[in-house]
Amino acid sequence: MTWNWEYTGEILPDLLSGLRYTVIATLVGYVIALILGLVWTLLRRTPYPAVNHAVRWVTEFIRSTPLIPQLYFVFFVLPSLGITLSPLTAGIITLGVHYSTYTAEVYRAGIADVPKGQWEACTALNLPKSRVWLDVILPQAVRRVIPTLGNYLIAMFKDSPMLFAINVAELLYAANRAGSVNGQFLEPMTMVGLLFVVVSVISSILVRRLERRYATH
Amino acid sequence: MADVLGSYNQWLAGAWLTIQLTLLGGALALALALVFGMAGASRHAWVRGLNRLYVEFFRGNATLVLLFWFFYALPLIGLRFTTMFAAVLALGLNIGAYGAEVVRGSIRAVPKAQYEATVALNFTPFQRMRRVLLPQAFALMLPPFGNLIIELMKGTAIVSLVGLVDLTRASKDIQGSSGETIAAFSVALVLYFVIAQMLQLFVRYAERRVDRMLGRRLPSEPSLGTIAAGAPGAGVTG
Repeated sequence: MTWNWEYTGEILPDLLSGLRYTVIATLVGYVIALILGLVWTLLRRTPYPAVNHAVRWVTEFIRSTPLIPQLYFVFFVLPSLGITLSPLTAGIITLGVHYSTYTAEVYRAGIADVPKGQWEACTALNLPKSRVWLDVILPQAVRRVIPTLGNYLIAMFKDSPMLFAINVAELLYAANRAGSVNGQFLEPMTMVGLLFVVVSVISSILVRRLERRYATH
Repeated sequence: MADVLGSYNQWLAGAWLTIQLTLLGGALALALALVFGMAGASRHAWVRGLNRLYVEFFRGNATLVLLFWFFYALPLIGLRFTTMFAAVLALGLNIGAYGAEVVRGSIRAVPKAQYEATVALNFTPFQRMRRVLLPQAFALMLPPFGNLIIELMKGTAIVSLVGLVDLTRASKDIQGSSGETIAAFSVALVLYFVIAQMLQLFVRYAERRVDRMLGRRLPSEPSLGTIAAGAPGAGVTG
């Protein structure tokens, strides 16, 4: 059993088209995670204990259960409620909602990290609530959490192969199909592994740059 | 619902496999994390290089891709594993890489004066680690380790895609045989949640013990630094 370069070249276009879906799922899911995460965080700060506790338990539940059963849940249960989603849409939504519970925790820590004097200054200046959040707290909090949020983009990218479970045509799916059509798994699987390492190493270097750029301490 | 709960044997077997994978993978990850984490805190550049190589490769890869690689590709070049062994290896190597970063960060976070004191007292490198640095670093490692063991537990769901009957696969089987989609997948998610909460209780208990041992209190809510230094829950202020 040796490495076959010709075969590697043949399957490469398939793998790259799979990579396209991986990237789409990761990026769109990330946008959902960023927005929904902020919604969770702000909901947890409302003055209604019922809302706070509900949000806390829902996010805790989503965060501590695995992605694959969640994918099954969204993909197989929602149709029986009358909502039919394509595998890719179901995958993107699940990935986004799953990671929104992580970004919520990041935002929470970022807001807690804003010095207390900033809040006191807002009170002293009698700023309205919307200006306190939009002009004072959030700009400082978001700046602090940008590198951490970058790490979660990488993490989402690495969790995207799980969409394989509901047959999204992403990178791993493409490699698996190429492997089973040709009866040769070594080349496609190794290529997928290498692609993942290359993309994550490059992106973690970029995140480290972000960390230096936005360093506050 | 009755059909779904009636097949409790399948649920229990699935949950047991999930727990087994979590514990075995966790043991492997812990061992790898300590070895490579201490390598990362070494004085010698080539030992630190070893740590970088391990961490970047296994942290940079998706666990599912690693598992498929062990499962489909390596047998072709003569390395044959049982499915269970491949799964434990993939999970342990991946989480071990995150753990190694935690260990390295924690050792570096021990105040420098402690290290200088061991040098002044003429401790051997082994005594330095065993008696002074590790016990203090351990308290810092525990909260991120707690996050990692839950990540590992969640990661075990990938074995359902290579034919092992864990909790996820059991729910799929039961859904297939009973046709009760909502109930089957809801029960699976609830069982995972219960396992996660049990792990969390265990970690909290360990944290309290170590804090008492060292006579200090750690903040109860994770700070930005703890969340920051890595992907899901892998990090330590350093």
